[in-house]
Amino acid sequence: MQVSVKYFASLRELMGEASSVIDLEESVSVSELWQSILDSKDVKFDNVMMAVNMEYVKSEHQLKSGDEVAFFPPVTGG
Amino acid sequence: MLIEIRKKPFNAYAEMQYYLDSLVIDGKYGATANFVGTMRDFNEDKKVTYMTLEHYPGMTEKHLNAIAKEAIEKWQLLDVLILHRIGKVKITEDIVLVACWSAHRKEAFESCRMIMEQLKSSAPFWKKEETGSGAKWVEKNTPGF
Repeated sequence: MQVSVKYFASLRELMGEASSVIDLEESVSVSELWQSILDSKDVKFDNVMMAVNMEYVKSEHQLKSGDEVAFFPPVTGG
Repeated sequence: MLIEIRKKPFNAYAEMQYYLDSLVIDGKYGATANFVGTMRDFNEDKKVTYMTLEHYPGMTEKHLNAIAKEAIEKWQLLDVLILHRIGKVKITEDIVLVACWSAHRKEAFESCRMIMEQLKSSAPFWKKEETGSGAKWVEKNTPGF
């Protein structure tokens, strides 16, 4: 299965890309995907916020094929 | 209800009047509460020359819509207006406007505060400040209470 991943703000700069498509052999949770991305890029990032299909989700949320997953730092609007 | 993300500068007070003129609530509303956030020239004791605001197209609008709808239901509001800048924001330009209309002040005050605090804590926007000695992402907002 495939999911699309988006990064924003300081996290986009850390990752060196705004988005990517990731192939997964089996369904994983959004936090498992996040950990695998950190491991593959050998980076660390605290306090990440996670959204799937433009809704905030808990870390144990299970991903489905075609999901749009977003990772970003704490929001600072207003 | 109107939620808009704006790339160009806006005058919050003119926008509020313009939107009010488009509504059919004359005689119904007795209270208007608003919050306007404006670009400062300092943050945490450092000079800021300008700021760049980024958002998550699609999710930001969806999230703000949900916040406004929740407020309208909870406080029985007559209407809500939310405007928020993105892109390069200069000193003195307005960043955000939240305006709430209701029959009485309690509902207008409380809902405007709730919408603003929820926007600050959960709407996907990010600020990057130019300080003159380099750009820096704002890492957290100041507490609202």
